[in-house]
Amino acid sequence: MTINTKKDGNEMTIAISGRLDTSTAPKLEAAIKDDIGGIRNLIIDVKDLDYISSAGLRVLLSTQKIMNQQGKMKVVNVNETVMEIFEITGFTDILTID
Amino acid sequence: MDKKITLNATTDNLHKVLEFIEEYLDDAGCSMNAKMQVDMAAEEIFVNIAHYAYEDGKGDATVCVSLSDNPNEITITFIDSGIPYNPLDKADPDISLPAEERQIGGLGIFLTKKLMDGLTYAYENGQNILTMKKGL
Repeated sequence: MTINTKKDGNEMTIAISGRLDTSTAPKLEAAIKDDIGGIRNLIIDVKDLDYISSAGLRVLLSTQKIMNQQGKMKVVNVNETVMEIFEITGFTDILTID
Repeated sequence: MDKKITLNATTDNLHKVLEFIEEYLDDAGCSMNAKMQVDMAAEEIFVNIAHYAYEDGKGDATVCVSLSDNPNEITITFIDSGIPYNPLDKADPDISLPAEERQIGGLGIFLTKKLMDGLTYAYENGQNILTMKKGL
């Protein structure tokens, strides 16, 4: 998994590529925790995300909870496979997907 | 055609387990999407064993894979000698709740139930035996 973070004032874009699974999810969680302070607008770009397991879903959920307190979060460029997982787990209702 | 692998039940071995299963799926000419879904389910079950089966965190897990032609499906069995635990008994999370009220746990086994075509659990001779089937 590769994480690319771009910050512009109180807006941040995190692009995740590769596999978001049990072994990589903690890295994403740590990266988000480090940078999320003061962010009002968070964009998570999953264009090159090939795979997500429940460990990855948990990070998205906890990040959404943080952003509900301090601003907005949007998940963009969701591919078909990942979208199916979002649908099955009801994440389409709690995430803003663009 | 049956194959099996036995290894330490630790999350470090997750990729070995998935590679072992994927080799089979590649041979079966399975679609990318089905492959991904089998991977996801296998990850949830193996990681569950790695995290919870053994109190001291040390023990083995055996993964058996077999393919059948008619119907064209894969059967994967996970066996551990840890604490008796049937993950299928776990109540499904309420997926209609807003983010604030969502529980962090329980998603993995729920996803596994949804992605696989059949799941069974048995406790025999001191072993947890979880079997999943998926049409390819």
